[in-house]
Amino acid sequence: MLNTLSGLFTAAVLAGTPLLLGALGEILTEKSGNLNLGVEGMMFMGAITGLAGSYYYEQAVIQAGGTPNGPASALIALFTSFIAGSLGALIYGFLTITLRANQNVTGLTLTIFGTGFGNFFGEYIGQQAGGYVAVSDVTKGVFSKMNIPVLSDIPVIGSLLFRYNWLVYFAVVVAIIMAWFFNRSRVGLNLRAVGENPATADAAGINITLYKYLATVIGGGICGIGGMYMSMVTTSGVWVHDCVSGYGWLAVALVIFATWSPARAMAVALVFGGLTIMRMYINIPGLPAQIYDMLPYVATIIVLVVTSMRESKEHAQPKSCGLNYFREER
Amino acid sequence: MSSHGTQAKEPLIRMVKRDTISQNKAWGIRAAAFVLSLVTGGIVILMLGHNPFSVYASMVKGAWGSRTVIYETVKLAVPLLITAIGISFAFKMKFWNIGAEGQILVGAVAAGAFGLFTAHIFPKLPLVILMILASIVAGGLYGLLPAVCKAKWGTNETLFTLMLNYIALAFIKYLMNGPWKAEGSSFPKIGMLVPGARLTKVLGVHWGWILALILVVVAYIYFNKTKQGYEIAVVGESTNTARYAGINVGRVFRRTMFISGALCGLVGMLQFAGADYTITEGTAGGVGFTAITVAWLAKMNPFGMLVVSVFIAMLERGANAIQTQFKIPASASDLLIGIILFFMLGCEFFISYKLIGRGKEEHDA
Repeated sequence: MLNTLSGLFTAAVLAGTPLLLGALGEILTEKSGNLNLGVEGMMFMGAITGLAGSYYYEQAVIQAGGTPNGPASALIALFTSFIAGSLGALIYGFLTITLRANQNVTGLTLTIFGTGFGNFFGEYIGQQAGGYVAVSDVTKGVFSKMNIPVLSDIPVIGSLLFRYNWLVYFAVVVAIIMAWFFNRSRVGLNLRAVGENPATADAAGINITLYKYLATVIGGGICGIGGMYMSMVTTSGVWVHDCVSGYGWLAVALVIFATWSPARAMAVALVFGGLTIMRMYINIPGLPAQIYDMLPYVATIIVLVVTSMRESKEHAQPKSCGLNYFREER
Repeated sequence: MSSHGTQAKEPLIRMVKRDTISQNKAWGIRAAAFVLSLVTGGIVILMLGHNPFSVYASMVKGAWGSRTVIYETVKLAVPLLITAIGISFAFKMKFWNIGAEGQILVGAVAAGAFGLFTAHIFPKLPLVILMILASIVAGGLYGLLPAVCKAKWGTNETLFTLMLNYIALAFIKYLMNGPWKAEGSSFPKIGMLVPGARLTKVLGVHWGWILALILVVVAYIYFNKTKQGYEIAVVGESTNTARYAGINVGRVFRRTMFISGALCGLVGMLQFAGADYTITEGTAGGVGFTAITVAWLAKMNPFGMLVVSVFIAMLERGANAIQTQFKIPASASDLLIGIILFFMLGCEFFISYKLIGRGKEEHDA
């Protein structure tokens, strides 16, 4: 029983991390008043570029006669996936912030584009590589679980907390920084003002355009890293067609469930991660496995309805979310 | 703009809202954006080492080149068009129904409940009518749910309808693995609709295409000539104005979302009984999302949607041709659709606004 529970916990953390990264990116974006429904697309873009970055780095080093360096390969994957995600977000930002296009439609287009981008280049690079793309064991090793001296050896706690791949800790650190940023820093408070009421923030002298662009682009980059997790950890460095499918939307659901709080997002990611893999660990008689898949979405709807019934201002979406800000139309 | 703006440094470029723009000029801008998007796509193709012109030509030929591929293209356009019409009902009143995907799936399941299990009881005509009614009611109710919550508590419909998609998808997976699993199949899948109950083909494609054309006209009349269509437009402009004018906004939400969901549900039935003859996770296959962009590009005009949906169907169908001919992965269609949509979304700005460079004369209203 205890073994099952600790196994479930570990698996939930591993499955929840890409969701957490996607959700953190989206929280940052939405705090600026941009509802970017392109999370799925940006994750796809990050997934393929992260994998491709590592792959081409390895190929280049091997051709030069050297041996690839694992941490360098991981850093390249981190960097390329962040850039790809932010480029996707930049397209979205340019269209909605500067060209004032509808946010819902632009976000969905980004999802269509990013899904195509990921699958297209995944297959294309695979063709070039002679079948499929896969990174070497060196890179795979960096993305498998770490062994931290002393900490990993603590009984029970060691295996529960200190034996994950580095991206898990990376995600937790991003969440903590973001929680601090929104509540304790001036820039973070300004950003929240932009998302809640851009006209007031504008009158207070905050540069709305700059804030929106930065939040959207950095948020997109974080989503891209979440996608990279899917291709490097979940599928262990092999491109699998449609590997992100649905995870981006689940991340959007997570944002709602966490009521736009990065700290709560960590807990909810654990729950959602647990729900996606629970059927492999706990079998409730009479409850078919596929019904588990429904639970995160049903729970999200309940949160959505309950917060709207309570008219809770604190736990609601930033007020200007989904609406573009035109200074001239105040 | 602040009053001292002219004394302070004048920005390099500033934008001014256009009062009016001639139809020709607006279409010119759109055409230019479209050409630019094809050029961008062409550059991608060029970078992959292919000739863009021959790839594009192969796409067009792959979609219209022979009788068989034309049927396939039309088969792709029908669900896209009807779903886009369904979505436009909601979008016209600024109700962001992005749950068409789920509404299509529940429509397919409702049709399947009759098609798969009562085909031996009913003759074809009553069976088809039952399937149509079931899919309309199921899709409609699935669309009604978020509308009720929105009308009552102001629940965010974008996120609500989005979540419903995945609930429907999980439900289909459940049916595939459990209660509806085809007998004797080791693989989780739902059985096939018996040939006798499949939709009749008219000129090579199931009659859904005729229905789609009729719906284009009906939707146009509904939007422009009826009281209900007018109410939708007023609610879309401003719910406060609508309330002031004595329109029951909640009722308009509920009625319109039922219609919107019902049309999407109908698509599920057409896909099940006319195209796939079974229900899978891919029955909706992204149509619900692509249709949103179709409706938007056509500016909610049903005739425009007809053109756009046929065009997108051509791209999707043509992508299969370039996969076999040039070994370009078929996902290229998604990539290309994305690029074209980005350009078309962006160009609307240049139709509503004009840019004035520094030092140019004023054209103040």
